[in-house]
Amino acid sequence: MPQNADNVLDHFNLFRQPEYLEMFEKKKKEFENHHPDAEVERVREWAKTKEYQEKNFAREALTVNPAKACQPLGAVFASLGFEQTIPFVHGSQGCVAYYRSHFSRHFKEPTSCVSSSMTEDAAVFGGLNNMIDGLANTYNMYKPKMISVSTTCMAEVIGDDLNAFIKTSKEKGSVPADYDVPFAHTPAFVGSHVTGYDNVMKGIVEHFWNGKAGTAPKLERVPNNSINFIGGFDGYVVGNIREVKRMFDSMGVEYTIFGDPSDVWDTPTDGEFRMYDGGTKLEDAANAINAKATFSMQHFSTEKTLPLIAASGQETYSFHHPIGVRATDEFLMKVSEVTGKPISKELTRERGRLVDAIADSSAHLHGKRFAIYGDPDLCYGLSAFLMELGAEPITVLASNGGKVWEEKMNELFASSPFGKNCTAYPGKDLWHMRSLLFTEPVDFLIGNTYGKYLERDTGTPLIRIGFPVFDRHHYHRYPVWGYQGGLNVLVWLLDKVFDEIDRNTNVVAKSDYSFDIIR
Amino acid sequence: MSLAQPESIEDLKARNKALIKEVLEVYPEKTAKRRAKHLGTFEDGKPDCGVKSNIKSIPGVMTIRGCAYAGSKGVVWGPIKDMIHISHGPVGCGQYSWASRRNYYIGVTGIDTFGTMQFTSDFQEKDIVFGGDKKLAKLIDEIQELFPLNKGISVQSECPIGLIGDDIEAVSKAKTKEYNGHTIVPVRCEGFRGVSQSLGHHLANDAIRDWVFDKMEGKPALFEATPYDVAIIGDYNIGGDAWSSRILLEEMGLRVVAQWSGDGTIAELEATPRAKLNVLHCYRSMNYISRHMEEKYGVPWVEYNFFGPSKIEESLRKIASHFDDKIKEGAERVIAKYRPLMDAVIAKYRPRLEGKKVMLFVGGLRPRHVIGAYEDLGMEIVGTGYEFGHNDDYQRTTHYVKDGTLIYDDVTGYEFEKFVEKIQPDLVGSGIKEKYVFQKMGVPFRQMHSWDYSGPYHGYDGFAIFARDMDMAINSPVWKFAKAPWAA
Repeated sequence: MPQNADNVLDHFNLFRQPEYLEMFEKKKKEFENHHPDAEVERVREWAKTKEYQEKNFAREALTVNPAKACQPLGAVFASLGFEQTIPFVHGSQGCVAYYRSHFSRHFKEPTSCVSSSMTEDAAVFGGLNNMIDGLANTYNMYKPKMISVSTTCMAEVIGDDLNAFIKTSKEKGSVPADYDVPFAHTPAFVGSHVTGYDNVMKGIVEHFWNGKAGTAPKLERVPNNSINFIGGFDGYVVGNIREVKRMFDSMGVEYTIFGDPSDVWDTPTDGEFRMYDGGTKLEDAANAINAKATFSMQHFSTEKTLPLIAASGQETYSFHHPIGVRATDEFLMKVSEVTGKPISKELTRERGRLVDAIADSSAHLHGKRFAIYGDPDLCYGLSAFLMELGAEPITVLASNGGKVWEEKMNELFASSPFGKNCTAYPGKDLWHMRSLLFTEPVDFLIGNTYGKYLERDTGTPLIRIGFPVFDRHHYHRYPVWGYQGGLNVLVWLLDKVFDEIDRNTNVVAKSDYSFDIIR
Repeated sequence: MSLAQPESIEDLKARNKALIKEVLEVYPEKTAKRRAKHLGTFEDGKPDCGVKSNIKSIPGVMTIRGCAYAGSKGVVWGPIKDMIHISHGPVGCGQYSWASRRNYYIGVTGIDTFGTMQFTSDFQEKDIVFGGDKKLAKLIDEIQELFPLNKGISVQSECPIGLIGDDIEAVSKAKTKEYNGHTIVPVRCEGFRGVSQSLGHHLANDAIRDWVFDKMEGKPALFEATPYDVAIIGDYNIGGDAWSSRILLEEMGLRVVAQWSGDGTIAELEATPRAKLNVLHCYRSMNYISRHMEEKYGVPWVEYNFFGPSKIEESLRKIASHFDDKIKEGAERVIAKYRPLMDAVIAKYRPRLEGKKVMLFVGGLRPRHVIGAYEDLGMEIVGTGYEFGHNDDYQRTTHYVKDGTLIYDDVTGYEFEKFVEKIQPDLVGSGIKEKYVFQKMGVPFRQMHSWDYSGPYHGYDGFAIFARDMDMAINSPVWKFAKAPWAA
């Protein structure tokens, strides 16, 4: 009997004991009707070939292991960025359980969100009653300052009209007539989570600036010298937003973080559960119309939001998830140019320190080949940083990237000798990536937690940067933006590089002459 | 009388009553009326727990429930390892349920097993407008080409499928024919159907009946039958649960011919109607097909509970009672064999856990099934409730809970927080969405869906891990730091 009270074996070791191994063998042999091992081996090898890759890339209908989620997830992310706001998702209730679980697994934090719990009858008659009851219940129970409404694909397919439903709900007294209920249609069958973020941000701008769905006068813009900052859908939001605030503060920039869930996803354990914490104040969301300019850190998270903001008369600037020296330089120089505030000595010192760190370590990254996947802007930011380090982003894949993204990636590759052998893959998934890792091997893979299957199958070491990261803790608390963020990313890359070097030089009397203590 | 420490049963019941009244005050009147039916106190001698169940959740209250797709793809079908399960519709559902339930299995993923993969038709707007049947047909062809060793395909419908009028049954039939009888199973588990995961379990069970059992007649058996053939039904092998259960059944002399559905195969599903007895762990999600097999194939079924030594012992004897003396002796032998281990586990952990109070809110069978395991460690369940239980679950619960236990069906986020705040249990056992809420409050917590990434918890081997983990949660030094020394 393998189990022992003094040394409790759990799944990691229990099932490797002989009793269990024998049981597995017997089950397989007698009851599973499995394919012969040789056949499994043959197919396994075949799936590594160029021939398989061609068939794999010829797929038109099937998606396998995509690196994207649906619009409503991004919608909830965006809604949570505002003070005392509850995301209210109109449609089937199971979706909300999924969004909450997904975010909680990544941030290791609670995620509050409600559903209008539509079922068969609502599918037939529409979900108006669910909206009327739902808004009233949420308002009374959770006492939010704002309820931000988005949809699931069910509500979209049956064509529920959020604007009309919210109006009717207010008439029925679900919430006060002047209560803030911004809304956005977020069909899951269009775009990805990034699109959903964009739609909700656009909906919130529309609501506060353009007359609150006909219930208030449109705001008149009285320009001032502040700027707005929109982060986009970002798994590192907790660390990143704080870093951005610190950089702006150090320059003396007046700013509004437009959409800031960095506190609600990082509350203390001190005996109290805070359903609400931090977030963009509602009056600040309204006053943001007066800003001189709006900066978006992720172009593809704000493709619809920025033009709406620009229509108010503001300047708008967007970036592609800047990581590293050059990208941070460009971001800060633009902020400085627009606000007239010089880049602070402190930030200049930090820049120098990052350059120093790169100089110390770049030999270990120079010429290394990387594959990257993730959201379009993140892929761009990481690729640019790798090239800055002298590494090559050979394969860059975005399941939710499109033609425009591909063109931008190709421009980036063309801008540096390190981009010469690199290819961008828009609209592909991780099963495509698997083929590529076999046929065009690289030294390292950068991606989210799901990349561990690729690491296991292809032997390509995985560096976890992206969303979601479920199987490592607390990365999201660290910034990847700014010079400090660049340093974090550099260290994560180097840690993996050194671990691999050690793993490849630790065989006694075979390879351990290179098992150096100084690297 | 403090709220957290009532002196007598009467005090306890009075406290619960006051507590329920208090949480209901926050709701609009109509909602309060509806929720009141789901909250109550168990009274000794009553046939159920005095709460209504399996009723639509109320909009806007933050229910913890999922949907029919979660019940079918996420629970019942997803773990069948040698089949490919298509999340048919938009990309999200498959993504959020991708490999998150820890249904362990052995096999070469991507080649002959597919459990931790996400196959989806990734619906775009044009698929909604023009229908997705053509895409599904093409997608099945692509699966057959790229994953030639798959033993079957299931089509797990997401919300739009039923709304746009797709005919997935026709596609499945046509493709089954084209691929020489290849198992292809359409499941109408759209998320808007029913009130929770529960209907998804039922729909998934029905699909096994209609598309696996009804189509296999005449297929030859893989093995010679013996009088000791049993099938494990309703164990999803979370963290290896079914394995630490199977080993006990085999040790007592039974032959386990199938596991449903954790680490399961289509061959095992097909073998099950030939079993002598179906042993059913998760009654909620698999009683439908168990009843069907009893009616159609004459296979009896028996419920069992492998959480904690008291219930395991009881269950082993109950299962053995369906067989001859050889098996009855086998059961006694197994009980005796593991008793020293159980004694050692209890000797080590019970003193650290004695008297600790637990509140549960989980799904399926656990709101009642795990109670015995806690009691084996000297702990007490002061509140429990089901995410998607039916009345028969609450009837069965009466055999587990004590007089005065607080019962909450389909609890809302608000109610659960209030109950825990007032009762101050030493441990809460619920899910990932609840975990961090209670930990912020300084209350130790274990996820009782995923075993908090530990496990197995079933069987004798599992109980040792369960005890270790509960101790780890409650007696972690971290809870001493929740209040800063300078805070009032």
